[in-house]
Amino acid sequence: MNTQSGALHEPLDSRAVSEPLMSATQPLYWSIRRELWENRSIYVAPLSVAAFAVVAFSISAIFGIWVVPLRIAHTSPYDAVAAPYNLAAGLMMLVSILVSIFYCLDALHGERRDRSILFWKSLPVSDLTSVLAKVSIPLLILPVLLFVITVAMHWMMLLVSSAVLLAQGQSAGLLWMKLDLPHTWMLLLYHMVTAHAIWPLPIYCWLLLVSGWARRATFLWAALPIVAIAGVERIIFNTYHFARLVGLRLMGDAPIFAVTQGDVFPSGPMTHIDLGRFLGSPGLWIGLAVAAVFLAAAVQLRKYQGPI
Amino acid sequence: MTCIEARGLRKTYGQTVALDSIDLRVEEGRILGLIGPNGAGKTTALNAILGLTPYEGELKVVGRDPWNERDHLMRDVCFIADVAVLPRWMRVSQALDYVAGVHPRFDRAKAEGFLAKTSISRSSRVRELSKGMVTQLHLALIMAIDARLLVLDEPTLGLDILYRKQFYDSLLNDYFDRSRTIVVTTHQVEEVQHVLTDLMFIDRGRIVLSCSMEEFESRYVEVMVVPDQLGAARALKPIQERQVFGRSILLFDKADRQQLAAFGEVRTPSIADLFVAVMGNRQSEGA
Repeated sequence: MNTQSGALHEPLDSRAVSEPLMSATQPLYWSIRRELWENRSIYVAPLSVAAFAVVAFSISAIFGIWVVPLRIAHTSPYDAVAAPYNLAAGLMMLVSILVSIFYCLDALHGERRDRSILFWKSLPVSDLTSVLAKVSIPLLILPVLLFVITVAMHWMMLLVSSAVLLAQGQSAGLLWMKLDLPHTWMLLLYHMVTAHAIWPLPIYCWLLLVSGWARRATFLWAALPIVAIAGVERIIFNTYHFARLVGLRLMGDAPIFAVTQGDVFPSGPMTHIDLGRFLGSPGLWIGLAVAAVFLAAAVQLRKYQGPI
Repeated sequence: MTCIEARGLRKTYGQTVALDSIDLRVEEGRILGLIGPNGAGKTTALNAILGLTPYEGELKVVGRDPWNERDHLMRDVCFIADVAVLPRWMRVSQALDYVAGVHPRFDRAKAEGFLAKTSISRSSRVRELSKGMVTQLHLALIMAIDARLLVLDEPTLGLDILYRKQFYDSLLNDYFDRSRTIVVTTHQVEEVQHVLTDLMFIDRGRIVLSCSMEEFESRYVEVMVVPDQLGAARALKPIQERQVFGRSILLFDKADRQQLAAFGEVRTPSIADLFVAVMGNRQSEGA
């Protein structure tokens, strides 16, 4: 009898012991993985665009469109040599913006639409963790992913153009020196994180908030207040400050990112990196505060909202 | 130990009262069937218990406040909602990975063991599985969690009879033990009758009947009355009378079995028959 009752109590005891085994970050980690499983466009879209860019570049390199700047790599200005690389990097940033917009608009809506929110909520993952996992996609995952893909894309472009040069009996060394890709990449990473992740964060958090609130037509609900405010401003003051503000946030453009010298994008990498100016800008902190408010509202909404 | 305790639990949606100050107490180790017509408040009650909806009144589930501690609560509580809610894009292997990743009490080997008995492939996506297989998968995930309370809201809806039988069999044989509690709502009353230890009828936000199955069996009696005894049987005030194949069947509450045996064949009613009787009376009373 005694041994039997002892065995009966065993599961209760082992339960108490096994309690603290799971670290606090683990639910967040798995929630982010879940987002990547569910939204394959997060990596499929940039990968396809990068593949397209490499193929397009290869064709043009082989058929001679970029051959002129390649051949005269030692005399032609930096811009002419780097233009396709910068163009491709710019394309990737555009992809990053588009993927972020569509991801955020669906992030808290999709799980309510397919009722899977009932499954997610049946597991010990808090609403805060779930929403943080979702916002980490545009804030953290996409910039890093886009950086890695862009670097790989640049490497392939470089290898293709080197092969073309070698086939023409020229040295590729000058091209490599002139392009100075490590500098470009450093700038790229900085730009991805500051201009395309942190700066537009209030926009992405707004989209998340709307996706957690709207029952349908999330894009419309997200755009409507912006259009309305811009319209009212236009009628009353005949100005476009709000529309411009939203546009600059979204495109990762603002006076604080302005080029101090007259050159285009990554030619003088160090001119762009002015962390002090970025961190010292009130716009950054106001934007982050607004983002935090939107995010807190999104967490509350997820707590209250069920399937639709 | 008390698993669920509610006092004055109330929930309104605008003018509609979904739960009208109900008191509820479910002890550990019970299997409670929550039976009621559509819109009676069953799902609202379960949602409150699971921390999916805010409420008025007091509610403690495994000692926690469900609304403010849902994430902690879900370490001890599992639920399967009324229809398959597993995300359709998810692969079976991903579901295993995810639950193993976020749930400290998930026993992956156990879940794999349950799945091995089915024809579900690890690489399948949920959308490729039949409805019965999705339920099997969900059940395999849930039963591998060492939880204290399992809540099932219409778990067998849309399943064929084989799966339904299998569902309750595996729940009883492979999952239930005296330290767990199960709360189930269903319209398929007849198939849970032998499973339940407690019974609760709920109608228009109120509990209209609450008893253990032992009480149910001793309290309610059904008699198939021989025609010439009908008058005498009716005098004992049955709570319901119905006709089956030209014979009258009378349902009694707290009547003397010995006395009733004189009128005809005596047996324990089905939950479904009692449900119809109780709800029918409420409706005619205009309650």
